[in-house]
This record gives sequence, C-alpha cells and structure tokens, in this order.
Amino acid sequence: MAPKREERVLKMLSDQDKIFQNLHGFEDAFLEGAKKRGSWSNTKEILSKSQNDVIELVKSSQLRGRGGAGFSTGLKWSFMPKDTGKQHYLVVNADESEPGTCKDREIIRNDPHTLIEGCLIASYAIQATKCYIYIRGEYHHEYVQLEKAIAEAYDNKLIGKNACGSGYDFDLYVHRGAGAYICGEETALLESLEGKKGQPRLKPPFPAGAGLYGMPTTINNVESIAVVPTILRRGSDWFKSIGAENNTGTKVFCISGNVNNPCTVEEAMGIPLKELIEKHAGGVEGGWKNLKAIIPGGSSTPMLSKEVCETVLMNFDDLRNNGSGLGTAGVIVVNKNHDITQVIERFAHFYKHESCGQCTPCREGTGWMFRMMQKLVRGEISPEQLELLENVTKQIEGHTICALGDAAAWPIQGLIKNFKPELLKKYNQKRKAS
Amino acid sequence: MSKDSLINIKINNKEIQVDKNLTVMQACEIAGEEIPRFCYHDKLSIAGNCRMCLVEIEKAPKLVSSCTMPLMDGMSIITNSDKVKAGRKGVMEFLLINHPLDCPICDQGGECDLQDQAMYYGFDKSRYQENKRAVDNKNMGPLVNTIMTRCIHCTRCVRFATEVAGVPELGMLGRGENAEITTYLEQSITSELSGNVIDLCPVGALTSKPYQFKARPWELKRTDSIDIFDAVGSNIRIDSRAQEILRVTPRANDLINEEWITDKVRFNYDGYYQQRIDQPYIRKNGTLDPVTWSDAIKSLKQKLKNSKPLSLIGDQVDIETGYAIKKFMKNFGDNNVECRTDNQAIIQNNVESIRFNTPLTEIENADLIIIGGTNPRIEAPIINHKIFKAYNNFAEIFNIGENLDLNYPTHQLGEDLSNLNSEDLQKALKKSKNPLMIIGSGFLSNIQDVKTLKALFEFSYKNKIITEEKII
Repeated sequence: MAPKREERVLKMLSDQDKIFQNLHGFEDAFLEGAKKRGSWSNTKEILSKSQNDVIELVKSSQLRGRGGAGFSTGLKWSFMPKDTGKQHYLVVNADESEPGTCKDREIIRNDPHTLIEGCLIASYAIQATKCYIYIRGEYHHEYVQLEKAIAEAYDNKLIGKNACGSGYDFDLYVHRGAGAYICGEETALLESLEGKKGQPRLKPPFPAGAGLYGMPTTINNVESIAVVPTILRRGSDWFKSIGAENNTGTKVFCISGNVNNPCTVEEAMGIPLKELIEKHAGGVEGGWKNLKAIIPGGSSTPMLSKEVCETVLMNFDDLRNNGSGLGTAGVIVVNKNHDITQVIERFAHFYKHESCGQCTPCREGTGWMFRMMQKLVRGEISPEQLELLENVTKQIEGHTICALGDAAAWPIQGLIKNFKPELLKKYNQKRKAS
Repeated sequence: MSKDSLINIKINNKEIQVDKNLTVMQACEIAGEEIPRFCYHDKLSIAGNCRMCLVEIEKAPKLVSSCTMPLMDGMSIITNSDKVKAGRKGVMEFLLINHPLDCPICDQGGECDLQDQAMYYGFDKSRYQENKRAVDNKNMGPLVNTIMTRCIHCTRCVRFATEVAGVPELGMLGRGENAEITTYLEQSITSELSGNVIDLCPVGALTSKPYQFKARPWELKRTDSIDIFDAVGSNIRIDSRAQEILRVTPRANDLINEEWITDKVRFNYDGYYQQRIDQPYIRKNGTLDPVTWSDAIKSLKQKLKNSKPLSLIGDQVDIETGYAIKKFMKNFGDNNVECRTDNQAIIQNNVESIRFNTPLTEIENADLIIIGGTNPRIEAPIINHKIFKAYNNFAEIFNIGENLDLNYPTHQLGEDLSNLNSEDLQKALKKSKNPLMIIGSGFLSNIQDVKTLKALFEFSYKNKIITEEKII
C-alpha cells in the first residue's frame, strides 16, 4: 500500500531508500564499491525466476519510464514477443541530450554497475541476449567509466557467457553517438545504431515488433534500467511505498538555473517542487519571491508560473494536470533577474538546430518560431503576431513523425500562456520608445 | 482476393470492405476520397515525411499520416473534419513559407503538385514575414536542372535513386532547415534512368535541362506512343507544339516500363530535328534528288518489273511494318528480306531464338539470372532495373562475357561460354527454382554462331531454364 499523500509530503527520502548510493561519486564507482552497495549480491537468484515473473514484478512496482514519456516499463517489456526464435535486443538510451538534464551522466559515472546489472536482468526478462548502450558522444569520461565497469563485469563472469552462473548468455556493447539531440528519440537512435542517418522511423511498426536490424527490440532509459535490480532485490512493495499510486519510487532530479546550489539529487517521486528547490538546491537566487518561472522537466516541457510552483508535486500526473510534464526531471529555475523570453528564444534556437529535417512541420516550423522568438526578445511582436506565433506552435504540435515537433512547440506555448500580458507590455514599451 | 483478407472499415461514416493489407490512404482512394500527398509515390517506399496526407482516426489522439498507417478492422477514418482541414492547411503553409514564389518562371508551372494542392488546401495569403531560405543549386549533370530553393524535401528523388535506379548517389545532407538534397560531391547521377527524377519531383526543383524554358504544359499536344530506341517498347507520351517535338515523358504500363523510361528514350528527340528522311528521294547520277510520293511509287513500280528485289529492314522499324514489307516482298516469289543489320545468328523457324520469351514482369521473380554477352545497363536499362529488383529479392546473378559495371554485384564467370559448365553455376542451377538466362548479341554477332545458339538452347532445356509451360 502506498502511504497517504500528506504523510509522504512530509517525509524526506531516507538515505537507505536511495537506489543510487554513490550518485555524488564520494565512493568507489567500480565493482568493489558497487558490491559493497549491494549490486550483484544475488543476481543469480533473480535470474532463476521465470522471465514472466520478472516482468510481473516490475509491472507491479508501477515503475514508469524515466526517459520522459512515463510509460510503464513492465508493460513495455510485456509487449515483446516471446519465443520467436529471433534475436531480441535491449537498447539502453544513454543519449542524454535534453537541456537541463544530467541524471544518466551521474549514474554512469558513479554507479555504472547498477546499469550493467539492470541491463542483464532486463535483457533476461525480454529474452534478449544482446544489449547495446547508446551513449551520448559528448560523455567521453562516462564512456571510459562504463567501458571499464563492463570489462570488470566480463572479467568477473558477471556478464558474458553463463552470466553470474545463471546459464544465461549475455553480451553488452557500448556505442557512442555523434552528438545529435534527435538520436535520443528511440527510433532515430536505432537508425543511428544501425549506422544510418539519425532520423525517426515511422510507427507502426513499433520497435517491439521490428526494431534494431528488424528484430524485436526494447528501448529503455538508463535510469529505468538502473533501478530494476534494486526493485527486484527489495521488492516491488518497497518501491511502491515511495511516492503515490502510479507515480511510485525514487527519481533523480537535476536542478539547475538560478538556484544557489545546482545539484543532481535522488528524491522520492512526488516531492513538492518548492521543497525540492529549498532543501536540495539551496533555494532560488534572491529568495523564493524572486522566482519567475520553473521549467520542471527539461527544456521540452512547458514552464510553470510561480503560483503553480508553490504547490505542484514533482510527479507525472500532478505536473500533467498543471499543464506541464515531468519529462526527464531536469528542473530549470529562472528568476526575475533574467528575461524569460531570452530563455525560451535560446530553446527555440536549440530545437531549430536539432530538428532532423525529415518532416515538414518541424523542419520549417522550428526556424519560423525561432525568428519570431528573436523578434519577441527585441519587443517587436505585436498582439496579432503573438497570436500567429501561438498558432504556428499549434500547427506543429501533433503533426510530426516524432515528438521533437511537440517539444519545440511546448516551451513557447508555456511562455505565451503564463506571460502574455508581459510580452504585450514589452511591445508597447518598445513602440513608445521609438 | 480471398474473403478472409477483407475487413470492414468506415470512411467518413460510410462502410466499406477493403483488403486488410492496404494503407489508410489506399483505402481512402478506393472509397473515392482524395488525399493530398507529396512524398508518397506508388512505386517507391513509404517515407511519410511531407505530412500532407493527415487524416483523423477515431480514438487516435493525434492526426495520422494516412500513407503510413496500416488498416485495422473496424477503423473509422475521417478525411473531411475541421481538424483535418486545419492540419493540412498548417502543413501546406509550412511547405510554402520557404518555397519561392517564382511560378511564372518555373518550368513546373501548370503541372506542379504544390501549385495545385496549394489552391485547394492552402491559405490565400502568406503570414510569413521572415526572410526566405535560399539554397545553392546542385550540379546533377547535363540532363537534370536543379533549382534547389524550390525543394520541399519529399525525398522522392533520393528513394528513386536508391531503390529503382540502384545508385545511392542522391541524399539529404544537413539537418533541420539546412537539410539539402544533393549528389554529395557535385557529380552527375550515373544512372541511365536519372531523367525520371524530373517526373517524380512534385515541384520545380528538378526539371529537364534540354526542355528548360521551352514551353508551358497547356500549350503542348500530347500523343501517346511507343518508344523504338531499345527493344523494351516503353510506353511514352510525346509532347509537341506545332511541328516540333519538345519532350518525351513516360506513360505508366505495369507490364513493361512501370512508370520509368531511360534517359535515351527521354532525351533523344533532338535527333528528330536534323537529317530526317521525311520525303522520298531518287538517286540520279550519284546525287539524291527529292521527288514526290507519286513519282517515287511510279518509278518503283517500273524498277520492280522483271527484277529480283532485296529488302532491308532497319533496326527501328516495328514488327507490324516489318511484317507488311515481308508480305509485300512475297509478290516477287522469294523471301528476300533481311532485318539483321549486324549479321546476328538465328535458328530459322524457331521463334524462341529471336525473342525474349520471359514476360518482363517475371524477371523480378527469377532466383538465378545468367547474363551472357550483353550489358543490360546500357542496352536496356529498364530490364536492368528489373534485374536489380530480382537482386533485391535475393536472386543470384552470374555474368559471362566481359566485366560489367552494373549496379548490383554479379558472379563473374569469365569471357568464354564454356564457363556455363563451371561448378558454381551448376550448383546454383540445381538449387534454383526459377532460373533466367539473357543472351545478348555479344555471342551471336556472326552468322556462324548458330552452333553456339543451338548449344545454348540445349543447355537451357537441360537445366530447365526453358520449359514447355514457360514458353508464351
């Protein structure tokens, strides 16, 4: 049973309940340290469970994907066809490029064995004997750490032939990306992994049916995979006891922007946003009353106004009800010392730069939006043009192949929704001045 | 179509029964609903990138691109709701914001998909106030003219080059707004089918260089015809104005050339402008004097009396004319007719020895192809395309004769026909269920080669390349 909401709000995540005990890198990141922290302690026992049992356990823990969309991880695994005789693949998405997000980096750098063990267990559950970790090209240090940890695991027979003595053969490969944001989209990632240009594929067919090299494939975020061993070790009830129904477990939050102490921290899912910032990030620069807006889940999610930030809980459902989303939980705080339009203009530039150019609305629309945002920063957007800008974002949203179009449109929609009077004031001031 | 492959769907609340293997767009076409599209083409793979064909599907939260969506039983499709119209309008606007408004000087004007569809699905005026994008033109050789600013990135040309022509020399470089269709290294396309990208391009980005600024489509008289420059017999349409042929375009015929024609067929019309024999001549004292038809026939009549004539029929005469000449020559007793200008060996009274035997549509179903003494890439690029299709269906291809630069890999067996007995080929022939052998004039260019031809026939009967039921 998940505890009631009030209790949970008051309780801070205790240190024992943290899954990533070495998130901050104070201890040994490699096998010895990882074993001390509990990794690999009873992997053989976990692998002696049936594959269905593993999936059911993950399903009952109500773990939702940590990559942004928040789809149930167990359910995703259950979509994989069984006993097809084909090669199944697990692909781990470590192409963490969302601005404001650096959770996977910390996990790979400081606790890589949680990920490697997770890969083994997840691959076992979906009958994949091969797993690829697609790591962001810029994460060179993390890549080195990960390769070192994988070599350790191979040397100690934790993975490879007869992994952990379970009789299951499992191979793990790391592939480095070449620096495109779009390759974090799961099907573009597959294309890139196959050696093609990173452009999203059409769905259907979904990767569970025809993914990497046309074979059944599951793609998961690093964090979703890395929490799995602990869930299986401590039980799904323990995981469910943290957070609220359907928004369970712990989550790594990355807090950046105008806070006194930017940090990456593991907390209970559903911690109030205000508490998260005050307790872990040392509060907003210039005090809470100096807060302008918060982008709660990486650059793709619409911003929240100060009023909403007072009460909103950092979980999937509550943020969605407030017109935003948890995304990757990369919290970006903007205070009143900064021009919020400049922040969003920078995002618009980012999406214009990273649009793959495959489908029309995103290819043409991101550039249009960026140029209008430039005008907006200069205060040259009239009320009619502001309406046009909003209209353009609506014309992109939902009409594209992948979600990058939506992601480019939402920040601007959030800006217009929350700060429309201010934007118009800017225009009037500029007009008066000239 | 078997009964269990049919499913019931609804299109705009009208019930309809269609094959379940179709896409939503194909089903809508059967139901008579027009779906606008740019990137979709029947003969190419599905890209789904123009987003023009958006439709609403009940219970789906977003609009769906109909060209990519497979049908499901009980699906309810809506193609005329306000949401769909707004979606298409939005996509149309995005396509147009960076498209130059140069229709008056664009060769595609009048037969432009973008122009036509903008009339039906677009806004009446532009809301875009920023600067438009400009793109450098690419050099694609002497046949294809490029004005890349007009490109809408539908990637039809890229897919054509890769999938049909078999030369992956076109591609999209860059991303987002800076994406450009290029030949990568500013080289011309090395395909013999390259001219087809002109027809495929839905806008005026790729147009014909020889036809540039010559005419508007509505000025042209269209005449359906058959091409005579290779033995494939591609279906073509000749566009002419007054006395002048201005261009040749393909007509779709799935049994022969599908929708493609070769560059030779497309661009050789300039040969009609010069040195055409368009009236009879009589040689007098070593010079050719032009005469009228009645004079010529009179003179011919006289000459034919008490003489033993010989008739030579050229390469570019069709079979019906040839037959008429043969019949005419029978009046003089002997069969003194010859149509081979290259002395080619044939077995008399054996029709199989002079024709292709296999229907063109069956080439792609072959699982083993032996090419001997011919270069299909140059002699008949349409057939080469079909061999490429067979290659994509995992056919094994053997080549006997000189080394060829084909756009698919072959097993090279050496220059001599004795290599037909090589171990590799014999092994492959044993495995093969549907072998095909194409012998060109390389081995039969001498009248003495009849022996070779007979040996080849024996070989093909023995290895079941020709069987009784396969002969048309």
